[in-house]
Amino acid sequence: MAAVNPAIQPDVHASHDHKPHGFLHRWLFTTNHKDIGTLYLIFSLTMFFIGGSFAMVIRAELFQPGMQLVQPEFFNEMTSMHGLIMIFGAIMPAFVGLANWMLPMMIGAPDMALPRLNNWSFWILPFAFLMLISTMFMPGGGPQGGWTMYPPLALEGGMNVAFAIFSVHMMGISSIMGAINIIATILNMRAPGVDLLRMPVFVWSWLITAFLLIAVMPVLAGAITMLLTDKYFGTSFFHAAGGGDPVMYQHIFWFFGHPEVYIMILPAFGIVSEIVPTFSRKPLFGYQAMVYALACIAFLSFIVWAHHMFTVGMPLGGNLFFMYGTMLIAIPTGVKIFNWVTTMWGGSLTFETPMLFACAFVILFSIGGFSGVSLALVPADFQYQDTFFVVAHFHYVLVTGAAFAIMGAVYYWLPKWSGHMYSEKWGKIHFWSSAISVNLLFFPQHFLGLAGMPRRIPDYNVAFADFNMLSSIGGFWFGATQLIFVGVIIHCVYFSKQRATERVWEGAKGLEWTLPSPAPYHSFTHPPVVTAGMLAHGDVSH
Amino acid sequence: MIASGVTRTRRAFAGLALLAGGALGSTAAFANPVPWQLNMPQGVSDISKRVYDLHMLGLYVCAGIGIVVFAVMFVAMFRFRKSRGAVAQTWAHNTRLEVVWTIIPILLLIMLAWPATRLLIDMNDVGESDLTVKVTGFQWRWRYDYVEYQKQDPGVHFISSLDTESNRVRQLGSGLDPNAVKDGDYSSYLLNVDNPLVVPVGVKIRFLITADDVIHSWWVPTLGWKQDAIPGFINDNWTKINTPGLYRGQCAELCGRDHAFMPIVVKAVPQAEFEQWLATHKSAAAATAAVGAAPDGQG
Repeated sequence: MAAVNPAIQPDVHASHDHKPHGFLHRWLFTTNHKDIGTLYLIFSLTMFFIGGSFAMVIRAELFQPGMQLVQPEFFNEMTSMHGLIMIFGAIMPAFVGLANWMLPMMIGAPDMALPRLNNWSFWILPFAFLMLISTMFMPGGGPQGGWTMYPPLALEGGMNVAFAIFSVHMMGISSIMGAINIIATILNMRAPGVDLLRMPVFVWSWLITAFLLIAVMPVLAGAITMLLTDKYFGTSFFHAAGGGDPVMYQHIFWFFGHPEVYIMILPAFGIVSEIVPTFSRKPLFGYQAMVYALACIAFLSFIVWAHHMFTVGMPLGGNLFFMYGTMLIAIPTGVKIFNWVTTMWGGSLTFETPMLFACAFVILFSIGGFSGVSLALVPADFQYQDTFFVVAHFHYVLVTGAAFAIMGAVYYWLPKWSGHMYSEKWGKIHFWSSAISVNLLFFPQHFLGLAGMPRRIPDYNVAFADFNMLSSIGGFWFGATQLIFVGVIIHCVYFSKQRATERVWEGAKGLEWTLPSPAPYHSFTHPPVVTAGMLAHGDVSH
Repeated sequence: MIASGVTRTRRAFAGLALLAGGALGSTAAFANPVPWQLNMPQGVSDISKRVYDLHMLGLYVCAGIGIVVFAVMFVAMFRFRKSRGAVAQTWAHNTRLEVVWTIIPILLLIMLAWPATRLLIDMNDVGESDLTVKVTGFQWRWRYDYVEYQKQDPGVHFISSLDTESNRVRQLGSGLDPNAVKDGDYSSYLLNVDNPLVVPVGVKIRFLITADDVIHSWWVPTLGWKQDAIPGFINDNWTKINTPGLYRGQCAELCGRDHAFMPIVVKAVPQAEFEQWLATHKSAAAATAAVGAAPDGQG
C-alpha cells in the first residue's frame, strides 16, 4: 500500500523515531493517542479483573443456600463495587481506549484534537479508582447501597459516601473531557474525502456516544452532589422528613442512567458493524439506516428513564408513556440486528476469533433485547423488577453485548497495534469457553428471577439452590477463562513470531488498514489521499 | 446425611422432569417457589393470571422473532462460508426489505402494548375495596395495620419478622442445614415469618404501602405485582385472592444489611375465618390497651 499511496511514505519513516525515552516520559507525560489508548485498555483490563474478582465472591456466597463466606454487609459491598467498577472502570474506559487508538487512524488524522486533555482524562482514572477502592479499607467499609446509590439507604453509609461520590465526580470529569476530545477530533480532523456519511460506523457510534456523555455526566454529578449536601451540609433534597423526595433522586439518576446504558452499547454496535462486513467480505448492509438507527436510539434514550422505576408508584399516564417509549427502542435496535444478519447473507464468510465474538454478540445481545422488550411491559415488569430476571437481562446486554464486542475488537485490531498475529487456536478456545460458560452463568438467572428470587441478596430459599449452583459454576468458569484472554494478548505482543500484514484481514477496508502493522508511532502526519475504494463505505448514495 | 442425599437425588429427577415439561411451555400454577422452577407463577388472583399471560405473550413473540432471525443467521453462516466456495456479492441496500422489517416489529409491538395497557388500567383501579391494609417497611421487618374493614376500623396491627428457625440457620457459619427448615411440607427457609398477614379470599383488598426508614419493596409473586415502600410516600395497589393458602414473598428493594431477611407471608383464609381471626385479635388488642402496659414490640 505504501508504494501505491505516496502520502503514507513519511509515516513509515516516522515509525522509528520521536518516541519519548524513559518510562515516565513515555507513559505519564504522553500525548500520543496510541499510547493513551494502550493505557486505557490496560487500565480497563485491570479493572475487569478487580470487578470480576468481586463477582467471584458474590457467586461463591450464592453457590449454595445458607451464609458460608461473608457477612451480608460485605456482600452488599461486593455487589455495589462490582457494579461501579465494571461500568465506570471496565466497560467505559475500554471503549475510550479503542476510540483513542482507532478514531484518528480511521479518519486519517495524526492524533486526537486535544492531546494534553487526552493525557489528563486518562490519568484522572487510576486516582479515582484508587480512591474508590480505598473505601473498602476504611472503617465501615465501602459503599453498600448498590451502584445506583439510592437515598436514603446510600446516606446511611459511613465515610465511604464522601470518597465514593468524589471518585465518581472524577470519573465524570474524565468522561466529559474524553467526549469533548472525541467530538472535536471527529468534526475537525477528518482527512479530505472522509465525509460524515462515509465515516466508518464505529466513528459514527462514538460521535453519538460522546454527545450522550456530555449531556448526561453532569446530570449524574448533580444527583450525587445533592447526596453529598444531604449527608454533610444539612440539605433535604431527598429526605422525606425535611420535605425532600427520595424518588426525585431516582428520576435524576436514571435520566443519566439510561443514556449511560447506551453509552456502553452504541460503541459496541459500531465495533460489530466493522467486524461483520470484514469477515463477510461484503459491504455493511444499509449503512445509512445503521447511522440513523444509532441516532434514533440515542434520542430515545433520553425519554425512557423511568422504565427503571415502574414500581415507585408513578401515575398511570407516566407508566404508559415510559412503556411505549421503551418499546419503540426495539424498532431501531431490530433494524441493526436485521442489517448485520443481512450483511452476512450472500457474503463469503470466515470465522476468525473477532467474527466469532461478533456473531455471538448478535445472538446473545438479541436475547438480552428480548428480555428488554418483556421488561418494558409495565404489568409484567411489576413481577420482573428487582429480581434476577433483571440481573440476567443486563448481563446479557453488558457482558455478552458490550464486553464481547470489546474482546472482538481487541482480537480484530491487536495485529494492527502489535504488528503480530495472535494465536488463532487460543483465541478460539477463549471464545468458545467464554460463550459456553457465560450462558451457563446468566441463562439460569432468568429462571431464578421468574421463580421469585430478588436481586442483591446474599442468601435464598432452598428452591433457588440448583440454578444458583449452575450459575456459580458458570461464573467461576467464565472468570477463569478470561486468564486465557490475557495469555493470548501477552503472547501476541511479546512472543508471537507471525508478522501481521498491512491489511491483516482479507476483507478489511478502511484507512487504518492502509497503515503498516504495527501502526507507526505517528501516523497520517500528512492527510492521506482518500479514494472511495479505500473506505468500507465509500458510496454516499445510501 | 444419607436421607438428605436421597431426597436431593429425587429432587434432581423431579427437576429434570419439570425442565422437560417447562421447556414445552406447560407450567403448573406453583404457589411458592419450588426447585428447578422455570417460569413465573400464575398466581392466585385474576390479575396475577393476566400478568402471567402477558409475560407468556411477550415470551412467545420474542421467541418467534428469535427463531426466525437466528434461523436466517445460521443458514447464512453455513451457506455462505468461504470454505464452501461462497463468493461475496456486492449489494448493500434494499429499501423494500428495510421498510418491511421496520413495519413488522411495529405491528408486533402494538400486539403487546394493547393487552399491557388494558391490564395496567385495571391494576390501577384501587377503588371499591372492602379491606384496607397499611404496609410499612422497616429495616428489616414489616408492619401491618388493618385500617378499614367493611367501613370500620378494626384496630388491629402487628409486626411481621423472619421466623426464628430461619434466623438461626442464616447466621454466618451456623453450620445448620437450610433444607431442614420446614413449614409443614414446604422448605420455608427465609420465606417464613412469625406473624403472617391474614386476609380473606374473594374480597378486594387495598394495600397502602410506605416505609419508615429506607426504601423497601413489598412483593408476593403469587399476587402478580410488587410495590415500592418509600418513606414520605403512600403507594397503593390491590388484590382479590381466589384460593386460600400461604403465599410467600420477600422485600425486593435493597434496604441494607438484612435485605434478604425480611420475608412476607400472606395467609389467605375464607372470609368467615378471617372475621373470626380479626375479632380475636381485636379483643386481644383492646385487652392489652386496657392494661396499658403493652410491650411495644407489637406496635
